[in-house]
Amino acid sequence: MIPAAFDYVAPTSLDEALQALGSGDDVKVIAGGQSLLPILRMRLNAPERLVDLGRIEELRGVSEEGDSLVIGAMTTYSDVLDSDLVRQHAALLHKAIREVADPQIRHRGTVGGALVHADPAGDVGAPALALDAELVVAGPGGERTVAAGDFFRDLFETAVGEGELLTRIRIPKHTGWGAHYEKFVRVAHQWSIVAVGATVRVDGRTIAEARVGLTNMGSTPLRATAVEQALVGKPATEEAVREACAAAAEGTNPPSDLNGDADYRRHLATVLTRRAVLTAAGA
Amino acid sequence: MTVTEQPAQAPEVGRARLRKEDARLITGRTRWTDNIVLPGMQHLAMVRSPFAHARITGLDASAAKSAPGVVAVLTGADVKDVQGALPNAWPASDDQKTPAHPSIAVDEVAFAGEVVAVVIARSAAAARDAAELVDVDYEELPPALELKAAAADEVLAHPDLGTNVSAVWTFDSQEKGTGGSADEAIAAARADGVVIEREYRQQRLIPAFMEPRSVVCDPTGEQLTVWTSTQVPHFVRIFVAAVLGIPESKVRVIAPDVGGGFGGKLQFTPEEVITVLAARHTGKPCKYTETRSESLLSGHHGRDQWQRLTLAATRDGRVTGLKVELLADMGAYLGLVTSFIPMLGALMYNGIYKLPAYHFTCTNVLTNKTWTDAYRGAGRPEATFAIERLMDELAAELGMDALEVREKNWITHEEFPFHTVAGVTYDSGNYEAATARARELFDYEALRREQRERRDRKDPVQLGIGVSTFTEMCGLAPSRWMGEQRYAAGGWEHAEVRMLPTGKVEVVTGTSPHGQGHETAWSQIAADRLGVPFEDVEVLHGDTAIAPRGLDTYGSRSLAVGGQAVVMAADRVVEKAKPLAAHMLEAAVDDLEFTGGRFAVRGTDKGATIQEVVWAAFTSHDLPEGMVPTLDAEATYDPDNFSFPHGTHLCAVEVDTETGQVRMRRYVSVDDVGVVVNPLIVAGQMHGGLVQGIAQALWEEAVYDEQGTLVTGSFVDYTLPTAADTISFVNDNTVTPAVGTALGAKGVGEAGTIASTPAVVNAVVDALRPLGIHDVQMPCTPERVWNAIRSAGENQAEPTTQQAQEHFEPGAPNQDPTAGHAGTPEKGAGQ
Repeated sequence: MIPAAFDYVAPTSLDEALQALGSGDDVKVIAGGQSLLPILRMRLNAPERLVDLGRIEELRGVSEEGDSLVIGAMTTYSDVLDSDLVRQHAALLHKAIREVADPQIRHRGTVGGALVHADPAGDVGAPALALDAELVVAGPGGERTVAAGDFFRDLFETAVGEGELLTRIRIPKHTGWGAHYEKFVRVAHQWSIVAVGATVRVDGRTIAEARVGLTNMGSTPLRATAVEQALVGKPATEEAVREACAAAAEGTNPPSDLNGDADYRRHLATVLTRRAVLTAAGA
Repeated sequence: MTVTEQPAQAPEVGRARLRKEDARLITGRTRWTDNIVLPGMQHLAMVRSPFAHARITGLDASAAKSAPGVVAVLTGADVKDVQGALPNAWPASDDQKTPAHPSIAVDEVAFAGEVVAVVIARSAAAARDAAELVDVDYEELPPALELKAAAADEVLAHPDLGTNVSAVWTFDSQEKGTGGSADEAIAAARADGVVIEREYRQQRLIPAFMEPRSVVCDPTGEQLTVWTSTQVPHFVRIFVAAVLGIPESKVRVIAPDVGGGFGGKLQFTPEEVITVLAARHTGKPCKYTETRSESLLSGHHGRDQWQRLTLAATRDGRVTGLKVELLADMGAYLGLVTSFIPMLGALMYNGIYKLPAYHFTCTNVLTNKTWTDAYRGAGRPEATFAIERLMDELAAELGMDALEVREKNWITHEEFPFHTVAGVTYDSGNYEAATARARELFDYEALRREQRERRDRKDPVQLGIGVSTFTEMCGLAPSRWMGEQRYAAGGWEHAEVRMLPTGKVEVVTGTSPHGQGHETAWSQIAADRLGVPFEDVEVLHGDTAIAPRGLDTYGSRSLAVGGQAVVMAADRVVEKAKPLAAHMLEAAVDDLEFTGGRFAVRGTDKGATIQEVVWAAFTSHDLPEGMVPTLDAEATYDPDNFSFPHGTHLCAVEVDTETGQVRMRRYVSVDDVGVVVNPLIVAGQMHGGLVQGIAQALWEEAVYDEQGTLVTGSFVDYTLPTAADTISFVNDNTVTPAVGTALGAKGVGEAGTIASTPAVVNAVVDALRPLGIHDVQMPCTPERVWNAIRSAGENQAEPTTQQAQEHFEPGAPNQDPTAGHAGTPEKGAGQ
């Protein structure tokens, strides 16, 4: 498992990194490397140059910015798990990341790396979508902000263009919202066959607001908007939630593979959505 | 001579000793093959065929040869006159069709992953880079992939053989005089009894040992030295000599510490031959270490059978006959024991039951996939699965309890030795005791109660209880029997005990551990026999220059056969020491007794420790007349029979009927492995074995697509479980000593794997049986379980099976329509 030879640069600032990105044709950014390194070692890709973001301190860490949380793109999964801010204001992201792979991978893998890699079976995209995250992308011409709904373009394809970098993720605080990430796998260390992230604001016994994100139900993470709307004003009971979640698979286009065909995944999405919402609502 | 009072110490055998070898194995500060670095060493990278079946029409290695750091590139054309053919040591018939098996393909490739060239370079990276530059032209040929289609010769895996059927092997109890006619029993049961007809799939599995295989060959010096991550260094030595035409005396093979095998390293591999060829070609040491992907792709696979089964019984639940018709996928070539693996199960389909009539036939079929061979259990898991699944089906058909129907048919403990319908003699056992204990530990009645409650309230999570009361056979032997079965070698094992002048002891064993803990267990045995401290015993193994005689480690043979050889060698040391001790003590040999490491003159306080006697033998200043100045001794043990561990395994699973997800709830095993030398090691074998067997039931399957490409080529898709996927097992033992050996130990290495698979599937089916489901194909993935539930819902109005009617249609899989087998694995996509 030896990758083909490549040049390697490890800038220590964002400016240096952007310069390094602009300096060649076949450049690949490496964040935590948990997806890229296996690809290189299996020689599925052989870029000429790797730009390693691991030494750029400004891309790490969790902070508050008014009504939002800001997570640096190079913040590792385990740093997110250790963050009280995330647990308090973006519980869904916290719960989803707890389900990512295993401790070794969570110690290396980064939130930004996962978002830009955009594997539809990854566990960060759907929560980012459900939490209405904004993604800050830096390029030679400065910064721009992309809404999560516009960020994921296709399988392994995002709004981050050539010569650009994702620098941070801004998440509106969902303080007091209940959350649950229901991940369905055959063995513990597997990618999600299907997963559903739900976060709800319960008022009394009524669901006041709901956000639902679907993992691996199409070429990008998806938002189950029909379910979200159907849940508003419903009591947090098994029966009402079941009915509201019946449409969870609507408009999805899940893959068929060794773990299940598309029909099975649609069925799972419906069951898992109900379970995620009920748990998130504390029912 | 002073007499030192020795405190009476507890015997070592039976002590739960931590393993001596763990510190170095766990920290990795040891000699794995890949850790070996020799001066001037070169590295190899293989070029492998991406096609399952193709003709090689051109091969251009010029770019690779001129790449930086490359020393040479060898192709099939370069080595065809010197590489010989890889051996098949256990043909299934005298007229078996055996495809020629070159280490490097010459004209044709027969599976995706077959080696077509090797690059030899100064670094592993340079070798890998240059391997990408080897340009091979292939003309694709149609591949024979799916087992049933291949058996019908629709497409030929090796067109020159004219058929895919390599051999047909039959056993018939009436013909052999071990029982009646299975056909007659079935016909009688059709008229007035019960006939259970099922077809089960034993999916293809990958051994997936922890340490990928690695070979180092040093051609310098008088002897060629080969280090290899193998279970069978002695076989490798013989085959390096035989295949490459090198005198055996010029070959030394070393299996240093080896990180697991599970049968996957019971092989003589193309990569071993190629590494030797490369080292001889360049005159320098060469190393090849496979990647994980190469390991999954080209290390041999296991299982892969279709089992067509017909069980006849009376209406009151007595089994009267069993007919077994197997199709076994050999893959592209016949490896070391590929062709006889299914037959190792042929003697076991009767399980622990008094079956009056039995017919077995197996058709070995060649396909264009990685070849299959030994994998933990090798033939016996398939057999145990079949009979234990059938017994549950019989119980369900008759409305009996799964344990009750077994009890009605099993051999009782008074009936041993028992001559089975398969022509084997079970020496000992107590199925009643193991079952009673398992039942108690499991709390069988409480779980049955919970099951009823969940059924009554239509809980979306249903409970299923699975039973497996199994036996198996370990320690392939005796050698005479193996000869009768056309095996190329015997079943004996060798040991030597060397008494060092300072009182330390070296035990040399012909077994070759790869994680089992032989160093600890053999030390315990020798310590007891010789009366020396456990710590004073060193166990040497795995080097043909140090342990020249041996038949290595597989088939749960090491303790039952090799351990007994250690007992015999140690006892001979004591016998040899006696005349010298008597001479030293000025007593007659007959007046000596040997206990706790001390020769004492009966009725006196005179005595000498074994260490003192050893020193006297070393100095040889005053030996009795005619005595040779050494106490070292050897022994070779060839057992009269297999050993037959047995046990009762009970498994409870929860099945989420909404998603099809199966979760383990409780697992109890009570195994009888005879005398337990080290309870910790036995528990370890049980835990690992159980997980491996449960993995076949729930998680693992090697899947090929329609082109013959291995889809499950990494651990992303080959879903190996981890500790996070299992539960805490409850393990216990009953002890019925093996007959005929001083040690009384039976094998334990495969028991967990053999027993657990049917226990789990029986539990899954038990949970779903009220829905009219009586099978789920392995692995019981959530999707398969959910499909079974869904189609059962659609079929609920239909009547259940009419057992007296014939279920099989010629040529059709004809499994129960509710079985929910979502496409055969060979068809790949869409499942």
